[in-house]
Amino acid sequence: MLIEQLINGLTLGSIYAIVALGFTLVFGVLGIINMAHGEIFMFGAFIGVMITSTLNAPLWVAFAGAIIITAIMGYMLERFALRPLRHKQGVSHLAPLISTIGVSILLENLSHHLFGAGNHPFRASFAEISFQIGSITVYLVQIVIFVISIVLMITLSFWLGKTKAGKALRATAENLETASLLGVDTKRTITMTVIIASAMGGIAGILVGMAFNSVTPQMGLSMGLKGLAIIILGGMGSVRGAMAGGLILGLAETFIVVYGDSGYRDAIAFLAIIIILLIRPQGLFGQKIST
Amino acid sequence: MLKISGINASYGKIQVLKNVSLEVEEGSIVTILGANGAGKTTTMKSISGLLKPNSGKIEFLGEDVTGLRPDQLLRKGVALVPEGRQILAGMTVLENLEMGAYHRKDHDIASDLNKMMERFPILKEREKQLGGTLSGGQQQMLAIARAIMSKPKLLLLDEPSMGLAPLVVADIFKIIKEINESGTTVLLVEQNARQALKVSHSGYVLETGKIVAEGKSDELLNDSRIIEAYLGRKSS
Ligand SMILES: Nc1ncnc2c1ncn2[C@@H]1O[C@H](COP(=O)(O)OP(=O)(O)O)[C@@H](O)[C@H]1O
Ligand SMILES: [Mg+2]
Repeated sequence: MLIEQLINGLTLGSIYAIVALGFTLVFGVLGIINMAHGEIFMFGAFIGVMITSTLNAPLWVAFAGAIIITAIMGYMLERFALRPLRHKQGVSHLAPLISTIGVSILLENLSHHLFGAGNHPFRASFAEISFQIGSITVYLVQIVIFVISIVLMITLSFWLGKTKAGKALRATAENLETASLLGVDTKRTITMTVIIASAMGGIAGILVGMAFNSVTPQMGLSMGLKGLAIIILGGMGSVRGAMAGGLILGLAETFIVVYGDSGYRDAIAFLAIIIILLIRPQGLFGQKIST
Repeated sequence: MLKISGINASYGKIQVLKNVSLEVEEGSIVTILGANGAGKTTTMKSISGLLKPNSGKIEFLGEDVTGLRPDQLLRKGVALVPEGRQILAGMTVLENLEMGAYHRKDHDIASDLNKMMERFPILKEREKQLGGTLSGGQQQMLAIARAIMSKPKLLLLDEPSMGLAPLVVADIFKIIKEINESGTTVLLVEQNARQALKVSHSGYVLETGKIVAEGKSDELLNDSRIIEAYLGRKSS
């Protein structure tokens, strides 16, 4: 029982971590919360539903499709909603934040039009497959979700820590002017970051669809708020903080449902923020993108 | 090598540089002197592309480079060590140096890194430490070493001796001389006027955004007005 819940918590937490990483990367280079990230995540989930249910295509096609579409959405977000506001005299520093809120509303309404308001089931072909280890039941879906999330986190950490482009991203996150003096085309780095973050959101969308067998136009908002909670918890712009914060929140939610009252499930994230911020205002892992 | 003709630059509505012209000859060290707020940093920002001048022209190696971005200018051979060093505090010393070579595509980067570590043993010693943990003097060495890793033709140094102990300052000036002797042209901004003029070939004096004096360094060192305003008596 305990171990099963632990597995449930880690599965959920690893998805939260992927969502939070999308927030943290964009916050790192742009210094803003991308309020449209949750809706991009939701689009990823819907594209997954369309490809697997409507087109009956295999899961990897769903991932590829979601990655491509959300990456394009990330590019459009940066190109048309963020870049025009940058380095403009007289533009409030809150403008890009408001702009992402506008995009999030647009995307939510668009999803109502495209997909309808209802609840769409997400059937993974292997949804029923499970393993029995002693008294513990583990679903294949959980393993797939956990493995994909962990691989994604390891890949991202390696990329940020060891590759030239990853280092350029970290330099840009730390100091845009210095990065540009060192030869980094910061405009390109920012665009690339928003694209990567959005594609990660798209992947997370499919993972959530698989985990809960349900996709709705509202899922962006609630996941967005949780992602936000996690990066405040982990430290704004901290990659390790997003990973740890995601896992902590996933475990906390799972255990409160089992041992407490499921009605408080969604309050956990925000309760955790309040407690952590009272003790460590800078978040668990301080700031800025590091590995 | 570098020729600035009549640039005007401003932050918003506040004009800072007024018709500034100056020239840096290939192979030389040129110093810009001036009190706090005179516009020295603004001049460096304009040359390195961090700030776009409102008017005027900047030529580098005969090419008009006015309005180019810092990363574009770096590729042409102009590197700035900014005021306050601007070390990447969250990246290691080694990563800072690697970032210096970010734009390079040649195969000598690893050997240049080694040479840099030999030249600055303290950086080798602290290789894996975060840049932010270094002392002020060490950060300045790192900032200069990082800029050299880009193999610049023209190195811009904005107050490299600021906030450093006298012994370290002497070290920095020695390094500047070495860099120049190895073939890099240097444009130096300093408040440490006497030491700066001693290592440089010529100098300019900036006052509230205007060039008010220029000449060979030894002439400036003996100019009574300059002595009065910037060199003081026999203090340094
Ligand atoms: N980012 C900025 N915004 C507005 N005014 C600035 C800014 N930076 C510098 N200034 C003003 O421009 C003038 C020149 O500054 P600066 O070039 O930094 O001088 P220096 O380097 O010679 O001390 C000063 O009056 C300063 O207050
Ligand atoms: Mg200055």
